Amino acid sequence: MGAWAVPWVVALPLAGALVNGLWGGRLGRRGVSLVACLSVLGAFLLSVALTRDLVASPGAEDRTVRLFEWIAVGDFRIPAALVWDRLAALLALVVTGVGFLIHVYSVGYMAEDPDYSRYFTYLNLFVASMLVLVLGANLLVLFVGWELVGLCSYLLIGFWFERPAAAAAGRKAFVVNRVGDAAFVLGILSTGSLLGTLDFREMARLLGEGGGGLRGHPALVTSALLLFAGATGKSAQLPLYVWLPDAMEGPTPVSALIHAATMVTAGVFLVGRLWPLFEAAGPVLPWVVAPVGAATALFAATVAVVQYDLKRVLAYSTISQLGYMFLALGVGGGTAAFFHLTTHAFFKALLFLAAGSVMHALHGQIDLRRLGGLWKSMPLTFLGFVVGAASLSGIPPLSGFWSKEEILHAAHGSGGLWLVALGTSFVTAYYATRAAVLAFLGDPQSPGRPHDPPPAMAWPLAGLVVLSAVGGFLGAKWLGAPFHAFLEPAWGGHEAPAPDLGEVALAVAVATAGVVAGWLAHRGRREPQLGPVRRALEAQWGVEALYEAAVVRPGRALAHLLSEAVDLRGVDRAASALAEAVVRAGSTIRTWQTGNVRQYAAGLLAGAVVLFAYWVLR
Amino acid sequence: MEVLLFVVSAVLSLAGGLGVVAARQPVHSALSLLVVLGALAVLYLTLAAEFLAVLQVIVYAGAIVVLFLFVIMLLHAQTPESRPSPVGAQAAVAVPLGLALWVGLSAAALQLPAPASPVPEGFGSTEAVGRELFGTFLLPFEVASLLLVVGIVAAVVLGSSPSSYERRGRER
Amino acid sequence: MTVPAGAYLVLSAALFTLGTVGVLVRRTALVLFMSIELMLNAVNLAFVTLARVHGDLGGQLAAFFVLVVAAVEVVVGLSILVHIFRTRDTVDVDEVDLLRG
Repeated sequence: MGAWAVPWVVALPLAGALVNGLWGGRLGRRGVSLVACLSVLGAFLLSVALTRDLVASPGAEDRTVRLFEWIAVGDFRIPAALVWDRLAALLALVVTGVGFLIHVYSVGYMAEDPDYSRYFTYLNLFVASMLVLVLGANLLVLFVGWELVGLCSYLLIGFWFERPAAAAAGRKAFVVNRVGDAAFVLGILSTGSLLGTLDFREMARLLGEGGGGLRGHPALVTSALLLFAGATGKSAQLPLYVWLPDAMEGPTPVSALIHAATMVTAGVFLVGRLWPLFEAAGPVLPWVVAPVGAATALFAATVAVVQYDLKRVLAYSTISQLGYMFLALGVGGGTAAFFHLTTHAFFKALLFLAAGSVMHALHGQIDLRRLGGLWKSMPLTFLGFVVGAASLSGIPPLSGFWSKEEILHAAHGSGGLWLVALGTSFVTAYYATRAAVLAFLGDPQSPGRPHDPPPAMAWPLAGLVVLSAVGGFLGAKWLGAPFHAFLEPAWGGHEAPAPDLGEVALAVAVATAGVVAGWLAHRGRREPQLGPVRRALEAQWGVEALYEAAVVRPGRALAHLLSEAVDLRGVDRAASALAEAVVRAGSTIRTWQTGNVRQYAAGLLAGAVVLFAYWVLR
Repeated sequence: MEVLLFVVSAVLSLAGGLGVVAARQPVHSALSLLVVLGALAVLYLTLAAEFLAVLQVIVYAGAIVVLFLFVIMLLHAQTPESRPSPVGAQAAVAVPLGLALWVGLSAAALQLPAPASPVPEGFGSTEAVGRELFGTFLLPFEVASLLLVVGIVAAVVLGSSPSSYERRGRER
Repeated sequence: MTVPAGAYLVLSAALFTLGTVGVLVRRTALVLFMSIELMLNAVNLAFVTLARVHGDLGGQLAAFFVLVVAAVEVVVGLSILVHIFRTRDTVDVDEVDLLRG
């Protein structure tokens, strides 16, 4: 499979989006589903083939495909190019693989929705955009993909736009992302002007051999900080995470795909892609990226404890797990971060799809206080949720255990952060157990006859159960750790996972403790009060309030000021004044029209004399 | 001899011109115009433009002035010729302007060189003019005839009495 | 030519000026028309003079066409004048000021 296939990975879902977008109405539900799912499946199969090729021929490492010359200014050239290297391959597989499963799931989930084709158009478009992001060979192409997924996110969060909450959530997501994107753009400019190139391979080369004298250069540090700021926006880290919980207004499959498995990992991917830059940027990684990641992880986990909306629990959980990934990157564990990215995609998507099944069965009910007793009526869903929650908590031998363990191991050297990570692990297990107990155990709190989902939704669920359960073995040393063997060359280094048994035991113990605590606190559907702590958690430690006061209210005031004072009184008045002046001038000139023939003749004569005089005197 | 003819005709024409402009009664203006036209005809003769001189008398003096006189008679009862007051203001503007115009035109005219070459035999005769008219100036000639037709139609239409005109209009 | 061409031209200018002043000063429409005729004739004189000076019959032809057009113009103009008189009962040019803005 040559490099020619690379653009097709992007083109297939894009074509699917176009077909469904333009002719979706005429294709009917079955046609739309086929187009959408098959295009993603095709992309997945191509990715598999390309990856096999990549591994088989280590000499010809990367396949770069130049599509066309995009920007050419003097010596500065930026082509529109895609690259297929190990990092790209991994993400592409995750995006198309999990994406395909979620597409199939959506066929069942959205079966009753009137805007069926619009949904799948957007979903396909998202997959295509994400692939552009992942396969981009330079920062600018990546940025194009970045913006596009932001757009798709907006479109899909606000899919049911007649609902004011959904529309507002979409807007919020877009605006908050924009803030991050502003920093991102500045970062791109800074990087480009410093290094003279935006191509990843070029950058790696420039910064690779000893950093080329740029190590720790302040401009480099600034670029890294700006780019990381962009990443925090997309990946919902502190302080730009506020859009993600609200994004749960969108359809649940969307939450699974975009806000768990793929788009939100774009920030993590970015740091991975720009690894040489971040590595050379001195203190940024250990002093900014890692702490932000760790703090976010803990913060989000605590807030998840008091959420009643099951999807919001999962949203905060995602934020928290993303924090883990950034923590890993910050302490130099690139492979660990991406391993966790992969397993997280499995079990978080699983959790969301299970939640979706619950909503589907109970007609949109997702409040934990109203759920319960579903373990009997929805056994498959229950199994899925339990597997997902256990994986999330890091219970061996599920996938989450393997990746989280690696991160903890990587963080071992940096005392404080390691403690935070460990503590977060406890809280994670706690809220995961809480969610499982309240949602599935005890007596049913809602009327209705829930049942397990139809095949379209059930099979993807089953698939993800398997992946979440055994996916972790990809990192098992005694199996040759294929995952690491695959990804390690991307960093050029060698980082075999080798935690000692003591560490592992500690981690497992902490996780188990969390589960037990959760069980004890919530069995029988109890909800411990926690008094003021609860209130603080519910208010997200004051973050939203802070935003409201510092950003939203001043923003509205400024808008009001501009519209009233500047626009109404200033601009409008200037315009009317101009019009009035014209009218007045017209009235004045009007008086010259006397209608008197002789006066006109006199005028003619005067003019003629002047002309004549000029002529003669010339 | 020629000089005498010129001087007399010039004086007559100027007097007539003054008469046209200054006369109180329109009839007097018309008659003064006649004098001017006659004087000019004589001048044309001295300028070897015999055909034009005759044409001047026939068309201008003979037709146009007659037309004027007819209209004057038609409207005569309604033309009060009281010395209008605003004339003073207009005159104050017009006369200086006019003088300026005359001076300017004359200055320009006198700058022209005057080759006093003798003219060929038959210059200005009917035959000569006719040749030019139907030769070099054929197109303007045709256009002029078209113009005359237009004039005739206009005269007929405008000249018919208002009642019959309106009646014709309402019948459409 | 014993009389210099300049004299004719100066005469022509004088007549033209007289006509112009007449147009500007007189209020009776008819006299206005006659002044215009005066101007036209002055121009004709100039044309004929210059034809003689340059030995080119074109000047006389020009005067010829001026004559024809003047005739038509007088006819149409006077018809309009009669109409105006019939409707407004005046021949005073100053009173026909419907174009007044």
